[in-house]
Amino acid sequence: MSMSARSETRMTDHELELKSIQLRRSLLRHIYQAGAGHTGGSLSCVDILNVLYHRILRVSPETFGDPHRDRYIQSKGHSVEALYAVLADRGFFPESELATLCRYQSRFVGHPTRQVPGIEMNTGALGHGLSISVGMALAAKLDAAPDRVFTLLGDGELAEGSNWEAAMAAAHYDLDNLTAIIDHNTLQITGRTREVCSNEPLDGKFRAFGWAVRIVNGHNFAELTEALSQPAETGKPTCVIANTVKGRGVSFMEDAVKWHHGVPSDADFERALKELAAAENRLRGMAA
Amino acid sequence: MSAPAPSLFSPAAKAMAEKLGLKMGRANLDEFAATLLELAKANRNLVAVTSDSRGSAKLGPFGEALPRQLIEVGIAEQNLVGITAGLAAAGKKAFGVSPACFLTARSLEQIKNDVCYSDVPAVLVGISAGVSYGALGSTHHSLHDLAALRAIHNISLIVPADNFETREAIRAAAQSEQPVYLRFGKAAMYGLHKPETRYEVGKAITLRDGGDVAFIGTGETVVHCLLAAVKLAEQGLHSRVLSLHTVKPLDTGAVLRAGRECRALVTVEEHSVHGGLGEGCAAVLLQAGVSVPFRIVGIPDEDTVTGAPADIFRHYGISMEGLAEKAMHLVKGK
Repeated sequence: MSMSARSETRMTDHELELKSIQLRRSLLRHIYQAGAGHTGGSLSCVDILNVLYHRILRVSPETFGDPHRDRYIQSKGHSVEALYAVLADRGFFPESELATLCRYQSRFVGHPTRQVPGIEMNTGALGHGLSISVGMALAAKLDAAPDRVFTLLGDGELAEGSNWEAAMAAAHYDLDNLTAIIDHNTLQITGRTREVCSNEPLDGKFRAFGWAVRIVNGHNFAELTEALSQPAETGKPTCVIANTVKGRGVSFMEDAVKWHHGVPSDADFERALKELAAAENRLRGMAA
Repeated sequence: MSAPAPSLFSPAAKAMAEKLGLKMGRANLDEFAATLLELAKANRNLVAVTSDSRGSAKLGPFGEALPRQLIEVGIAEQNLVGITAGLAAAGKKAFGVSPACFLTARSLEQIKNDVCYSDVPAVLVGISAGVSYGALGSTHHSLHDLAALRAIHNISLIVPADNFETREAIRAAAQSEQPVYLRFGKAAMYGLHKPETRYEVGKAITLRDGGDVAFIGTGETVVHCLLAAVKLAEQGLHSRVLSLHTVKPLDTGAVLRAGRECRALVTVEEHSVHGGLGEGCAAVLLQAGVSVPFRIVGIPDEDTVTGAPADIFRHYGISMEGLAEKAMHLVKGK
């Protein structure tokens, strides 16, 4: 998998951190302009997507039609604004097109669809992505191809029973080319996941289902990169539990249920931009 | 099974079939399994996905001959459809095979999103469809599948009547770039078609022509339509019989011609009278301003009677005798 062009363009952790600030700004702007979107979950998973699309996935606008590309399925489809921001940044479409997000006749729907370049499957109903990914990983195994398949699940999403059907099948078929990343931000629309209907401990559950489990800080680029770069164990699917903060990067959105699909007001948006600018200045200062 | 299952055909219906020269074939299920194995031997990219259903699907020999092309997911139909969609999206010709009752109810959301909305060329095969499971009861019947799937965009719905239609439908599905759902039963079927018959998805096949009554049947009810037509001919009524194997997209031309050219129209399906072939035809006729005495024969909206498939068919009048009687009443305006 070292054949990927990504090694040539590999960004430093510092550059990725700056990129994440830019992506946060982008996704917030588009949610703000559209008056709709899933703010908290997009902010919690955007660092994961940043690492995937800049360091891990063998996929680019030029190679998206290659049957033997790596694949990413966003099972937690509601956080599509983070995915749109990353795909635009990777050149799959001009970022300016995101101004049409959720508008009449736009191809940028409020959940992922294949109308948008770079998106593999239409998702949005929870509990679908892992089964689809198992099918894709099986296809790669049948072809003895090196393709890897990644899917991103919400921790609240794991209440859907279909995930556990897929988890069993992935282990049964020794799908070490499959990695499920859990955006473990511990919140869902009603409140704390453990209070809504607890599904902890997630690591123990996935291990019991036959998976190799890694637990990382979902906002730490080095940890994410290390965990996603190769399967954790030969012959087993990998589950990366990424501990994240919902709303990460904007103080008043962090770990707050109301920002699940809260849309920033003018004042909120301005305040968020200021915070992100300050963070960017701090980062650039550190580098200087 | 200690006692043989009751026949779907009365002695008089059997005699009529013989008189017509119909030959008893095998179950459409067996035809499906044999056709799929043949296609898979020629195409290593074709895979079948089963949910502990390889035995019921008669895919045991497939699994033995081509073990790497049969993917077993256990009793997990949602996962079956998701995996089938993933395989299809990644370039495999994937057939997801499971009892129609579970496949289209439990996994309806996976069919809607992972297959149809995502537009992947997956084929879903509902085995032991309709009331094939007979006395096992409504948990095992699929009388909702056509209604549910008709309301979902981007899937063809095919219900073959005999071995020929089954074989042709499986071959067409294997070539399809769009999602396909097929469903059939497990009882042996009479062959209905002449060797020169052409099969095309979306085009009804005319089995008999006439202008008094038109029977528009789908799937394993079509043979009963044909026998009823012959019986009515003995009473001086000339019937048209259409095998409308593709319920979606519907052959609106054939339906409209039948409505315009015949004095009465009877639709017949092994499905709820709600939302299936009959209501599909009614919508076509009404919207074209065609008014004709019309009757939907299917399973009524009630607790389905207990019994073997033959008992259930007979109970609801899906038989030579039942259909001939309904058609005669319709023509006479009773």
